[in-house]
Amino acid sequence: MSVLIFVETQEGKLKKSAREAASYGAKLAGKLGTDAVAVAVGKIDHSELATLGQQGVSKVLHEENAKLDHFDSRAFTKVVAAAADKAGATILILSSTFNGKALAPRLSVRLKAGVVTNATELANTEGTFTVKKAVFSGKGVANFTFATDKKIITVNANSFPIAKGEGSAAVEDFSAGLADSDFGVKVLHVEKAGEGIPLPEAELVVSAGRGLKGPENWGMIEEMANLLHAATACSRAVSDVDWRPHHEHVGQTGLTISPNLYIAVGISGAIQHLAGVSSSKTIVVINVDPEAPFFKAADYGIVGDAFAVVPKLNEALKKYYANN
Amino acid sequence: MKFLVCVSKAPDTTTKITFTDNNTKFNEDKVQWIMNPTDEWYALVKALELKEKLGGTVTTVTVGKADVEPVIRKGLAIGADDAVRIDADDVDAYQVAALIADYAKSEGYDIIFTGKETINYNGFMVAGMLSELLDLPYISLGVKLDLNGNTATVVREIEGGEETLEVKTPFVVSCQKGMAEARIPNMRGIMAARTKPLKVVAAASVDTYTTVHHFEAPKERGNVKLISPDNVEELVRLLHEEAKVI
Ligand SMILES: Cc1cc2nc3c(=O)[nH]c(=O)nc-3n(C[C@H](O)[C@H](O)[C@H](O)COP(=O)(O)OP(=O)(O)OC[C@H]3O[C@@H](n4cnc5c(N)ncnc54)[C@H](O)[C@@H]3O)c2cc1C
Ligand SMILES: Nc1ncnc2c1ncn2[C@@H]1O[C@H](COP(=O)(O)O)[C@@H](O)[C@H]1O
Repeated sequence: MSVLIFVETQEGKLKKSAREAASYGAKLAGKLGTDAVAVAVGKIDHSELATLGQQGVSKVLHEENAKLDHFDSRAFTKVVAAAADKAGATILILSSTFNGKALAPRLSVRLKAGVVTNATELANTEGTFTVKKAVFSGKGVANFTFATDKKIITVNANSFPIAKGEGSAAVEDFSAGLADSDFGVKVLHVEKAGEGIPLPEAELVVSAGRGLKGPENWGMIEEMANLLHAATACSRAVSDVDWRPHHEHVGQTGLTISPNLYIAVGISGAIQHLAGVSSSKTIVVINVDPEAPFFKAADYGIVGDAFAVVPKLNEALKKYYANN
Repeated sequence: MKFLVCVSKAPDTTTKITFTDNNTKFNEDKVQWIMNPTDEWYALVKALELKEKLGGTVTTVTVGKADVEPVIRKGLAIGADDAVRIDADDVDAYQVAALIADYAKSEGYDIIFTGKETINYNGFMVAGMLSELLDLPYISLGVKLDLNGNTATVVREIEGGEETLEVKTPFVVSCQKGMAEARIPNMRGIMAARTKPLKVVAAASVDTYTTVHHFEAPKERGNVKLISPDNVEELVRLLHEEAKVI
């Protein structure tokens, strides 16, 4: 028995979400009195993988196959399933990243293991084994149980703190014996969306809506995001008219995020927007209209004109960072 | 070309969500059902666009009881040629995927479209499970798709960018914003939908992998603390000292 964690890498480094998943898996393994084993694919140094020991992982299985530098749900499924077999894993942990969520359901079928995506807390192991997640776009919380012996959980970004212990994991080369027929897609090219911090994993997010009047006014929002080292997001209304790119759109039909800080400027707080952001730890709302529904879902609010408030706030942030 | 679109019902986005039976069941009383938005706006319309360009048929499939038929008819009104309803309550992603796979396995669909995720349990699971059950390639979060013979070029969203890939039919793709422009059914479509074939098939016996043990209401946030627009330094101080987020 063991807990197996699929750790994602990017340009030769472990992703932050991978360390969160590893911390989650190791904690769960500790509660169940078993070991945490990780599996990684593609090009990455063993020295980087060994640092997963700090998150409590004892061993890392590494399939270094250049073909796995691009994601292919079928080939990856074969590798992770083989690793689960080798490690005798009964629980699999993945990150709730786009690829993690493409992989988990395939693994579910392959391993006959129930899956709960988007877990927000460590699984409850006392009594019935349950996993908590937000449902109905944040309007409810469900505790899921499994009818299967094997279980798969994907962990939401920013839901579980990264453990920072001592120790180094043993790294072992491993091969699932992939054949060409295991690959279903051929990646032609990858386009980066720019230099900013990617939204799905961001700890701090600055978001704006139709209250900003036009795309030319986003400079002050980007400036705030730069000062805070935050990602930028927007309402659907804004991405619908192409003021901002689609991948920035959060809400019921866009991304669901749960950063530590979500600052909403000129966004009314429609229920479909709140659905994507209501699990943020701290919410700040800046809106001219004191009746804007968003204030009811906020921790801190400023009733005021964004064009006056945001530049002042940016100055205050500059001062703060100069002194801290 | 044969296209299959998986369409699901979902509670209207403004529905107040409550639970019954000691918080073990979602209270469906007074719930207005709509078609799951990404199924309707992107998956279905993309399939229709391909059909209009290349010929073929668009079939929708839904796992649900008779109460889901108005949602299915809307798909026909938007332009699907015919519809299949697999007669079972949808209780879990695996059950839904297994039922659809059982139906689709001998039908020879070239592309199976799904929405990005349903807005009830926000699972993001059915499409991946379906691909594994049918042993097909799976591309999630598709934002563009061109088909040339049996080779498709698909653009999908990845964290911090987009990836363009090539895949041969048959395959499964989940669709989100960018894939297509939502269509509103017109009067002719609505009339035509009444007589289009809606086939009801009996559900095979399949497993269920997960169930909801109990529901909870989301955590309440305290009252908002209002800060004067002339005192933004106070907000910075609170974010640092009280919320401890900067
Ligand atoms: C099925 C469905 C799904 C949807 N999914 C989503 C989704 O995923 N995400 C999403 O965001 N929306 C979604 N919507 C749309 C949603 O209902 C709202 O229409 C949208 O969120 C509104 O965007 P907004 O707040 O930017 O614009 P508005 O509602 O127009 O609000 C603008 C706000 O800016 C304020 N304002 C104006 N001037 C200023 C100023 N100078 N300074 C400060 N504040 C100012 C106004 O008081 C107002 O509150 C969905 C809708 C439907 C029907
Ligand atoms: N009951 C259902 N019947 C048909 N298709 C479904 C059903 N439930 C989910 N789907 C499809 O699977 C996609 C993903 O659903 P989910 O895994 O629940 O997030 C949806 O967007 C639909 O396309």
